[in-house]
Order: sequence, then structure tokens, then C-alpha cells
Amino acid sequence: MRPVRNPPFEHRRERRRLLRAGLAAVAGGALAGCDALSHDERAVRVLGSAEALTRRVQRALAGRAMAQEFTPADIAPVFRPNGTTRPVGETYSAHLRDGFANWRLQVDGLVERPGSFTLAQLRAMPSRTQITRHDCVEGWSCIGQWTGVRLSHVLQLVGARPQARYVVFHCMDVMDEGDYRAPYYESVDMDDAYHEQTLLAWDLNGRRLPVENGAPLRVRVERQLGYKQPKYVQRIELVDSFAALGRGRGGYWEDLGYSWYGGI
Amino acid sequence: MASGPAPAVIYRHRLPVRIMHWVNVVCVLALLGSGLQIFNAHPALYWGKDSRPETRVLEIGQRRNGDRLVGITRVGAHEFPTHGVLGVSRGPDGAEVARGFPSWATIPDGQWLALGRLWHFFFAWLFVLNGVAYLLWTIFSGHLQRDLVPTGREWRGIGRSVVDHLLLRHPTGEAALRYNVMQNIAYLSIVFIVLPLLILCGLAMSPWLNAALPGWVDWLGGRQAARTLHFAGALLLIAFVLVHVFEVVVTGLVNNLRSMVTGYWRLPR
Repeated sequence: MRPVRNPPFEHRRERRRLLRAGLAAVAGGALAGCDALSHDERAVRVLGSAEALTRRVQRALAGRAMAQEFTPADIAPVFRPNGTTRPVGETYSAHLRDGFANWRLQVDGLVERPGSFTLAQLRAMPSRTQITRHDCVEGWSCIGQWTGVRLSHVLQLVGARPQARYVVFHCMDVMDEGDYRAPYYESVDMDDAYHEQTLLAWDLNGRRLPVENGAPLRVRVERQLGYKQPKYVQRIELVDSFAALGRGRGGYWEDLGYSWYGGI
Repeated sequence: MASGPAPAVIYRHRLPVRIMHWVNVVCVLALLGSGLQIFNAHPALYWGKDSRPETRVLEIGQRRNGDRLVGITRVGAHEFPTHGVLGVSRGPDGAEVARGFPSWATIPDGQWLALGRLWHFFFAWLFVLNGVAYLLWTIFSGHLQRDLVPTGREWRGIGRSVVDHLLLRHPTGEAALRYNVMQNIAYLSIVFIVLPLLILCGLAMSPWLNAALPGWVDWLGGRQAARTLHFAGALLLIAFVLVHVFEVVVTGLVNNLRSMVTGYWRLPR
């Protein structure tokens, strides 16, 4: 009989080695698979299909609800600026030098009476002040007090046409993310546009909007994430589709893969 | 051949439970990986309504050491060196990068918040739908009362059960048919406490849902506290999974795996 040296031990060690290799292969393979799927257009479409479900369910649960408003004691000492903190270029610098005296907000697209408004004209409109929390898509939050005119008031002045489906905000800052360089723009649908708390804001915490927070005018859409609330707005355009804008997804970050619906 | 009684094989897990279990495995892995990806976009946690340095409870970051970045983790006022894993770690291409959790733990592996969110929300829906199906099944099939809720006698035997677990003494024969009290407590607290809290805190991070009911997020301590609780819940879930897998291995990996695939389980002798 051939002598066998401790076969159960050898056997177990071999089994353990196989098991470890197997587990590592499964884990590594799963991760590599997830990464491969993230680069696959169809897989990304499937993953993104949850966005429509989320939007519908959330809208059904909180159609016209108001975002929470806070007390002055809740206001953060510093309103954290993010993204662009000062648009580059001579145009913006010139506006800054003369205190935005020659700056105009242009409103056009699917409207009856395209127009433009100076900052003084906007400031003379009926205003709303609200203390709200800004939730950034990155994960941080900041509470601040905003004063501005309701977007709905401006839309009534220019007369939105019935076929208008979205309000697009064109901004003065040009973004540079990896290999994608384009002016910042964002959009909301008419539900959000006419919401009580949707403002074109010119004051933050009782003072003129600082440059790093979007001077002279930024949008507040309180029930959506920060990237849906553009700074340095200079033109508002009403459209019935995003086809003619950027890469056609309704916003600068959306063109880079973020969801159009920023309520989650 | 027959040197003893044939091993008793029982039908332990019914088909719906087996399917829901494996859907859960996929969901939990996708949610953990994509959750860490999302966390990496702002690798810090706070207690309260907003984020400010005074309320920070955790931060995964870097410290400059000469011309080199060193990964560190701050918990409250304490700082720990975590270089190589947290703060600074090797990316898919082998080069050191400054990031919260390492690339091998996140989905996708590179820094890609937009895609991480798509993964997270897709599998969150699947996970919740699967969870609702599980709850309905477990209640209406009698599984909850029959197998998961401990009896009075089992509650009284809890001390011995703890000692048995620590000594890796596992029941054999007929006694192994029933989940033991430690298992029941673990399953029940994960299913009825940790997971609902995890989901609730996840929902609390949605600005739209914050508006749905005035001030409800403040019950959880505020928006940033909810984010911290969501993260803590994920850590508890990881701990549960690790213990679960450990117990599966030490009580018979092949037998347990087979029972969760085919339903049939051989009584340990």
C-alpha cells in the first residue's frame, strides 16, 4: 500500500485554496462586471429607468408641497460656495465693476412678449423671502435665507405660451469638466417653474448675492438638489424640448450623465 | 454501504424565499458599492440639519506629509492613519489616488458620482420591492410566527445560545431544525429595525420627499443626521452580512449553499 501523508489535511488545504480563489474571482468579476455595465449604453439606460419611476412616485406624494423653511437661528455662518465661484471673462468683470447696472435678464422662447429686465426692475417686483436648506448632490447641506421674485411672476409678465414645457436657465459661467467645456444651463418643468418657492433670488442672508453664490441672480428650486439651482443666470428661455440645447438632456450636468430629475 | 442511518434531508427553504434571498444578495452588494461611491463625493458625516465643521462626526481625508499625501480618518476629534485603504488608496491603474473608500469597494470603481447614483436608486427600488414581497410572504405564509419569532423557552435559553455561538458549538440533528434565538434576534432586528431605518434615512435625503410632510426629517435629527444614520445602518448591514457568511461557512458551506439554491438541507449529525 502506498503511504499517504495526512490526506484529509492536504485535501482541506486544497479546498480552502480553491474556495479563496473562487471567492476572489466572483468578487473581482462582479466588480469588473459592474464597471463594464457602467460603460455600456444600454445598461446605463436600464439603470436610469428608475429615474422616471422615482419622479412619478415623488410627484404623486408631494405634488405642490412646500419645502421646509427654517428660522434665522438655523442659518449657516457661511453659505458654502460650490462649482464656479467667479465666472471668467471680461463681460462678467465689466458687470461686476459697474454693480450690474448694465446687466439685463433676457426672457424669451415660447412667450408672448419677450423682454429683458434690469436688476433694479427685478428688485422692484413683489418679492418673497425664505430660509431653506440647500442640498448638494455631493452630500452636504447648507441653510440660507433667499430673497427674490417668484419665477411665476416673471412668467406672467412675458406670457408663457401653452406649448412651453420647460423653463431653461442660461448662465454666464463656462464650465470645464474633463473634456467637456460648455456654458452652465439648467431646466425645470412648468410645475416647478410656477411653484410658490421657485425664485429668481438677488439677496442671500439679507445682503446682495455674493459673487461666489451667483451674483447678480440665481435660481432657487427648493425641492431639488443644488445643481438644479443655477447661479449667474442671464437668460431664461421657454422651450418645448431640449433637442436644441447642449447634448439635449436639459442641463450641463445632465449632459454629463446626471439625472434631469434632481428631487432625490 | 449503509454504515449508519442515512442523513436526513429536509426541504428547508421554499422557492419564494430562495429567490428573494438571492435578489437581496445582488441588491445589497450593488447598494453598498454604489453607496460608498456616493459617499466618496463628500466623505464626511455630520449630526444636524446642515453640514458645518462643528457638527462633523466623521471625515475621511488626507494630510500632507512633505510632498506626499497620507490618508487619514477623523472620528470626532480623533485622527487615525488609514493610508492605503481610506483617504488614499490605489486606483484601478495601480496609482495612489486621494479618495474616501478605495476603488475596489465602490461601484463604479473610478470616481463617478452620476453613475453611482443611477446604480443606487435602481437597486434601491428593487431592494424595496423585494423587501415588501418578503414581508408579505413571511407574514402570510406563517414563516414569521413559525420560524422567526422566538418562543418563551427560547428566550429563556438565550444565555446558553450566546455561549454556544462564541464557542462555535452548533446544534445538530433535530435541534438544528429550528433557527436558534440568536439567529432569530439577528434576522428580526435586521428586517424590522435596521432595514426600515436605513430606507427611511435614505428617503430623508431626498429634498422632494423632505417637502412631502412638514418637518418630518427633523424627527431623525435633520437632513445630515439622516445621512449619518443611513451610513451607520449600512455599517450594521455589513456587520450582519459578515457574521451571516461566517456562520454559513462554519456550519457547512456546501450544505447551506445547496439549501439556499435547491431548498434541500441535510441535518448536521
